Amino acid sequence: MKKYLSFFKMRLMAGLQYRAAALAGMSTQLVWGAMEVLLYRAFWLEAPERFPMGMQALAAYIWLQQAFLAFFALWNWEYEILESVKTGSVAYELLRPVNVYSMWLARTAANRLARGLLRLLPVLAVGCLIPAPYGLRLRVPLPVFGLFLLSSVLMLVVVCAYSLLVYALTFYLTDPGGIMFLSIAAADLLGGAIVPLPFLPSWLRGIAQLTPFASMQNVPLRIFSGDIPLGQIPAAMGLQVLWIAVLGAAGYLLTKRGLGRAVILGG
Amino acid sequence: MIEMKGVCKTYRVRQREAGLGSAVKSLFSREYTKIPALQDMSFTVPDGQILGYIGPNGAGKSTTIKILSGILRPDSGTCTVDGLTPWENRMEHVARLGVVFGQRSQLWWDVPVAESFELLREIYRVPGAVYRENLDRLTELLSLGELLKTPARMLSLGQRMRCEIAAALLHGPRLLFLDEPTIGLDAVSKLKVREFILEQNRLCGTTVLLTTHDMQDVEALCSRVLLIGKGRLLLDGDTAQIRAMAGENLSTEESVADLYRRFGI
Repeated sequence: MKKYLSFFKMRLMAGLQYRAAALAGMSTQLVWGAMEVLLYRAFWLEAPERFPMGMQALAAYIWLQQAFLAFFALWNWEYEILESVKTGSVAYELLRPVNVYSMWLARTAANRLARGLLRLLPVLAVGCLIPAPYGLRLRVPLPVFGLFLLSSVLMLVVVCAYSLLVYALTFYLTDPGGIMFLSIAAADLLGGAIVPLPFLPSWLRGIAQLTPFASMQNVPLRIFSGDIPLGQIPAAMGLQVLWIAVLGAAGYLLTKRGLGRAVILGG
Repeated sequence: MIEMKGVCKTYRVRQREAGLGSAVKSLFSREYTKIPALQDMSFTVPDGQILGYIGPNGAGKSTTIKILSGILRPDSGTCTVDGLTPWENRMEHVARLGVVFGQRSQLWWDVPVAESFELLREIYRVPGAVYRENLDRLTELLSLGELLKTPARMLSLGQRMRCEIAAALLHGPRLLFLDEPTIGLDAVSKLKVREFILEQNRLCGTTVLLTTHDMQDVEALCSRVLLIGKGRLLLDGDTAQIRAMAGENLSTEESVADLYRRFGI
């Protein structure tokens, strides 16, 4: 366990070096957040009664989404891992007494955490400065806020387990590009990235809610904004745990089997 | 002690002719060629020996190293290293093993070398006192000093190789695999690396398996040489024997080239 914490720590420290990238990301997210709020405001002013979420809840959702982007955005792949699986050089990891899946998990989680933490606070601060109902406000009681934090951790694990499954599938494919693009598109639509899930037609929302993508940003963001009633929070978080188990087991087994077949030619 | 008995390994490589027609054809049926990398390979290495493992490109050197380090499973045959079968007891086996590949880095690219070392300490669970002792000794013998604070990507090849060797020995392995450790190094660095390997072997009794194309490495270091070609063991002896077989007054380099020609490999 301790060695994987060390991998985690090292990747975290390495990730905290990228100041320019963090600055660029931060400004993008601020502008993006502002544009989204303005866009939704136009619709909301037109017909507030037809809005499936309150404007304040929606604004909290958007600002938190922008602040948390690096934690859950699937396109934050670890290209080093992908490349090592593609070239087969991942087999060299076996020269050390480590479990490759656990090491990947530590690295992936640290990378996302580092990227996210670097740009989190300024976006949250700006969000708080914007007047209601367009800014970031905490309107749920403290215990629900606690559930939000817990569900954010679960979200990070779901996202990592999903990424690792893609890395593991790379053992069996010439190129993982297709799965990567499809995953990103599916997560954008079904995970509440383009529009929050309450804005989807009800038949699509029903399907989306069952997919692993809805167990990513959708759950913590909607708990925070007060959009999921207290009674439904346990089910939503239970589904997150279920997806962690399913994606984790599949990724673990495929990695184990893939490493057994991996052959590095030449050298 | 390393024991390899009757080890065979065949690679399956996908093949097709150039051109659109055969590309379409390969969608439906794929052709594979079998490339025998090792055929009935057997040898034993006693503890504390420095063994040179030589042969032309494609002879099966790397395949042997990969099998011995547990990252490749042979098709048949047995192999034990200090009583363990490498690919079956991988975790236990690699904890006692140090490996250096001249052509690829084991250090983490964008962090200072010292940080890579710390991580290795955690990975191998080296006790604090042992780690300090090993690190001090390696730092002195390999003149690491200032290098430890430098990110691996900023090191010259010679500096990096010294760090790689140190990284492979931090956990005090009983067995060291060196795959072309002096490739691309200048004369001074080469001598330093050789001197260190001898010192490590003398002081700690580390068994060293060296694969290289550099015959001077072999002459300076190895008390025994295995010559392999096309996956078979062709000669088990020392450099004097190789020279004697080639006859005339050839250097070791020329003698080896002569043997390659004679064995048709």
